Amino acid sequence: MTATTAARIEVRPAEGGVALAVAGRLDAASAARLWPEAMGAARQGPVTALDLTALEGLDSAGAVLLLKAAPDAEARGASATVAAELERTRKALATVPPPPPPPPFRPVSDIGRATVHRARASVAGIVFLGETIVTIARVLARPRLLRWSDLLRHLDEVGTRAFPLTLLLGFLIGVILAYQSSIPLRRFGAEVFVPNLVGISLLRELGPLLAGVVLAGRTGSAFAAELGTMTVNEEVDALRIMGIDPLAMLVMPRLVAATLVMPVLALLMNLAGLAGMTLIMSTLGYPWAAVESQLQQWLSLQDLIGGLFKAACFGMAIAAIGCRAGLSAGRGPRAVGDAATAAVVGGIVAIVAMDGVFAVLFFRLGI
Amino acid sequence: MSATEPVIRAEGLAVAFNGRTIFKDVTFDVRRGEIFVILGGSGCGKSTLLKALIGLVPLAAGRAWLLGEELAAADDDARRALLRRIGVMWQSGALFGSMTLAENVELPIEEHTDLPRPAREALARAKLGLVGLGDATGRLPAEISGGMAKRAGIARAMALDPPLLFLDEPSAGLDPITSAGLDKLIRDIARDTGATFVVVTHELQSILAIGDRCIMLDKEAQGMIAEGDPRRLRDESTHPTVRAFFRREAA
Repeated sequence: MTATTAARIEVRPAEGGVALAVAGRLDAASAARLWPEAMGAARQGPVTALDLTALEGLDSAGAVLLLKAAPDAEARGASATVAAELERTRKALATVPPPPPPPPFRPVSDIGRATVHRARASVAGIVFLGETIVTIARVLARPRLLRWSDLLRHLDEVGTRAFPLTLLLGFLIGVILAYQSSIPLRRFGAEVFVPNLVGISLLRELGPLLAGVVLAGRTGSAFAAELGTMTVNEEVDALRIMGIDPLAMLVMPRLVAATLVMPVLALLMNLAGLAGMTLIMSTLGYPWAAVESQLQQWLSLQDLIGGLFKAACFGMAIAAIGCRAGLSAGRGPRAVGDAATAAVVGGIVAIVAMDGVFAVLFFRLGI
Repeated sequence: MSATEPVIRAEGLAVAFNGRTIFKDVTFDVRRGEIFVILGGSGCGKSTLLKALIGLVPLAAGRAWLLGEELAAADDDARRALLRRIGVMWQSGALFGSMTLAENVELPIEEHTDLPRPAREALARAKLGLVGLGDATGRLPAEISGGMAKRAGIARAMALDPPLLFLDEPSAGLDPITSAGLDKLIRDIARDTGATFVVVTHELQSILAIGDRCIMLDKEAQGMIAEGDPRRLRDESTHPTVRAFFRREAA
């Protein structure tokens, strides 16, 4: 193999512009080094002549450099292989249309595009909601449409496997709430009311809400990823072609499982939180009897049932949003990730928004 | 390495998974500038041999040299330098779904060279233009057909002008016209660039259209059963499996 020399460029004045003389071997490394010099020469004036007599060879990166610096120059002295590489790259670049010009008023077009996209997604969401309600009605009329084995599997995955995490989070939240609320209440000598505060917060609000966050993060994303992968792999299309309703087969078991399991998760969250609070109260010098007395006096069954009802609604919303995100996944591997993200974000936003509606509703109803 | 030295030397290669031998005693040379085909029936270990050659599958026995370097014995720097000089087109294309075709081709250029962005973009467009995808540079892999994905895979494999290219089942799953177009593209690139191609395929038309030399693997024999010009093997081989393969007969 013959030794090659590193490429160099010489810029000479020429009639009507400048001339470039290139020597050595113009490979990717040389092209990277000489790119600023070559483009600088091209800016001085049009490159009207290209002397390649001393050019020992070039690869496609070198060819791109010459064609960018001197697109219209006549190449002189090129060897057959250099001329062939230049011609091949020139032809290849000629098949590539120039990039489209950026749209005018970019922010306006972006806002417009995002608005149209959001509107379409909203319409699709409403259609999905309608189809889901119709499917629920069909399943209620013909319960055998529901795949019971799938329901049991989802009850296990959504419910029993989430119990340890729910208990841990609930206990920690109870401990934190008890400690944090004891500090201001102690200043007023009202530390004994910590169980009232923590109990009401947990049963009415934090229990269902935090169980919902656990469900959205753990299960909503799993639903979206599983159904998204099935959509990407055209399994959902295969179901439709076989005359099987994907909503009945795929969505219903998940929806029912999440709806049934969420009150249980919220209840566990409540109990674990109360246990954590009781522990802290005992360290502050309040025996279990005092805590129990406060809870019995101030908490009602209505608080518990209201919270569990909210939890069931949250479960249904999270499952529906997760399933919808999966079934509407696009194509390609990125689609599954996008669907999982949409499920978690959509699920959490939905339960907080629903919680606001419930707060107003319960206030008006005096619950 | 000298001009006459083989681009690939494989000596007694063997691969086994969980004690199950896929192939053994596979020995062959690939000469500079030729299109070398690894052929055989389904499950005989063609793609595994390709992966063993490029170091993705560990060898149970034997040694392999690519461009004069033994990949298994190379340190990190030598390995990186060697990998820069080979290109691989995967069976599925293996294009990155979140990147456009141009960005896919630009990725190895950005990683291995100091070319400025305009140069990288122009080079990526040139490579895509070379494989007939000049008008699809801005598309995502999910938006193109299987044949286009294979072409884009070839463009990405060629991004750094490697002297050695591996193509895994380039025409599998394509219609005859697209497949023939891809065969012609491979032939043209090999002729124009002088690069050496190692092609794994079981498509008979492709083997005969593009292959200068080939080896044939067999599942039953757990290794090579033939080597040579595919057209001569078709016409002259007396091995029953080779004859059955080329005559499309049930074994």
